[in-house]
Amino acid sequence: MELAKQNTQIVTPDSYMQELTTLNLGPTHPATHGIFQNILKMDGEKIVSGVPTIGYIHRAFEKIAERRNFYQITPLTDRMNYCSSPINNMGWWMTVEKLLGVTVPKRAEYIRVIVMELARIADHLICNSILGVDTGAFSGFLYVFQEREKIYEIYEEICGARLTTNMGRVGGMERDLSPVAIQKIRDFLRDFPKVMTEFETMFNRNRIFVDRVEGVGPITAEKALNYGFTGPNLRAAGVDYDVRVMNPYSSYQDFDFEVPVGTKGDTYDRFMVRNEEIWQSLRIIQQAMDNLPEGPFHADAPEFYLPPKQEVYRNMEALIYHFKIVMGEIDAPAGEVYHSVEGGNGELGFYLVSDGGRTPYRLHFRRPCFIYYQAYPEMVVGTQLSDAIVILSSMNVIAGELDA
Amino acid sequence: MADITNEQLIQRLQEKFGEQVFDIQEPYGLVTVTTTRENIIPMLQALYDDEVLQMQFLTTMCGMHFPDNKGQELGVVYHVHSLQNNIRLRIKIFFPEDDAVVPTATNLYLTANWMEREAWDFYGIRFEGHPNLIRILNVEEMEVFPMRKEFPLEDQTREDKINTFFGR
Repeated sequence: MELAKQNTQIVTPDSYMQELTTLNLGPTHPATHGIFQNILKMDGEKIVSGVPTIGYIHRAFEKIAERRNFYQITPLTDRMNYCSSPINNMGWWMTVEKLLGVTVPKRAEYIRVIVMELARIADHLICNSILGVDTGAFSGFLYVFQEREKIYEIYEEICGARLTTNMGRVGGMERDLSPVAIQKIRDFLRDFPKVMTEFETMFNRNRIFVDRVEGVGPITAEKALNYGFTGPNLRAAGVDYDVRVMNPYSSYQDFDFEVPVGTKGDTYDRFMVRNEEIWQSLRIIQQAMDNLPEGPFHADAPEFYLPPKQEVYRNMEALIYHFKIVMGEIDAPAGEVYHSVEGGNGELGFYLVSDGGRTPYRLHFRRPCFIYYQAYPEMVVGTQLSDAIVILSSMNVIAGELDA
Repeated sequence: MADITNEQLIQRLQEKFGEQVFDIQEPYGLVTVTTTRENIIPMLQALYDDEVLQMQFLTTMCGMHFPDNKGQELGVVYHVHSLQNNIRLRIKIFFPEDDAVVPTATNLYLTANWMEREAWDFYGIRFEGHPNLIRILNVEEMEVFPMRKEFPLEDQTREDKINTFFGR
């Protein structure tokens, strides 16, 4: 304890060591988990100030979207938060459906809930296990990544892709859940709780881990709200704001789940909130699988949903619609829509302005990372360098979403 | 914790701000109002302090460009949210392109800092009073504001890709 006190003392003004060190943390530092730079002013190991520089993988999605048809924008949303791309995809489809006034059948909504919750589990698993890696525990990471692999296999079974899924269509899903996919989800529901329990046993009350994360990078609820925090980071600070509860979309009102909140908003709370959300997501998937309604898996929206291929060869209308959809010749109604979903790390919003053309006139993504990463300099000032790494990974900042 | 309906919100806005808010609409269930840029910060402040509405969360804000609206080419859209009452409000302001200056909201919302830098970066909207108004996602040497409509996405000089063939 005495030694720790000595280490945090600031050097005196007349000391020859008074000059601060400038440290470039990033842009390609292995511990930042993404391409972003922080120019830190250091007094020994202590951080005096931090200036984040972002935009290293800016790909101008908002501009590109202005020249693309609605169905061509999902691949862009994949590449924002690539740890939970199905949530981004579904959020985008729901925005378009809101603009078009398409009613999605219950079965499609339930399937969407299942994939969104699987994506949330994958996202939280990455964040929490990487936090373990950053504090020196590598085995937990490898252990849960096997389960993440199983989630990716389920994606593969549902849509054919793994990381950048491009899942779903306007009005529903592109295909129904196959028996193999259902079996894989059931297997996952059966096997995952065991793994998760072991993961929690490894970390939750582990002295070494708790010492590294407890009280590190706390943020008050007022400050977090003012900084525009959403998602697990805000809930860790004690505000029970969850888009799934406040503005239910895609039948979330049918499910029974709890919104975990923390008290101090420190790294440990963020970790624990994410862990608990994984359990709640499992509960939601279980309920959705048990009550999966029968019926169509997509809405009757022929102008936007590709007809079955057999129909295209035999049926005149189907051929016309197929051609018009593929060539992007269908105009959307004019209007402006804001739709938000609870993404992996916060409220993911889509503000879409349509002027009645084939492409959005203006599309703005509310990226939760971009908004809450501003608080990072304030959170790291006064902490040690190793704490800064831990805070960064506990905030779950995804470079692709940060820069869009 | 009572939820407020859109009608109550509109009524409250009208009695509070009167003529300052106009063009009140409800596209897809979200109350949308327009105001002038002189009023925007007092209005955000009043909404923040209002004991009934308590709109204290700035969800997002972004720039817009309508080159055909002469004299009102550029715009900023604010989405504020009352977490207590679970109601959202969209506020728009429009102003001419050659006088793109807006007062900053950073004194009220810390989160407006990067959002305003983004709007400056992409649309060239200058936020008066902003502590650090520099480009955020693009390179600092950039001289144009790339999201404005006069910069088309694809290279217009290319002849191997004629737009009529691609349905754009």
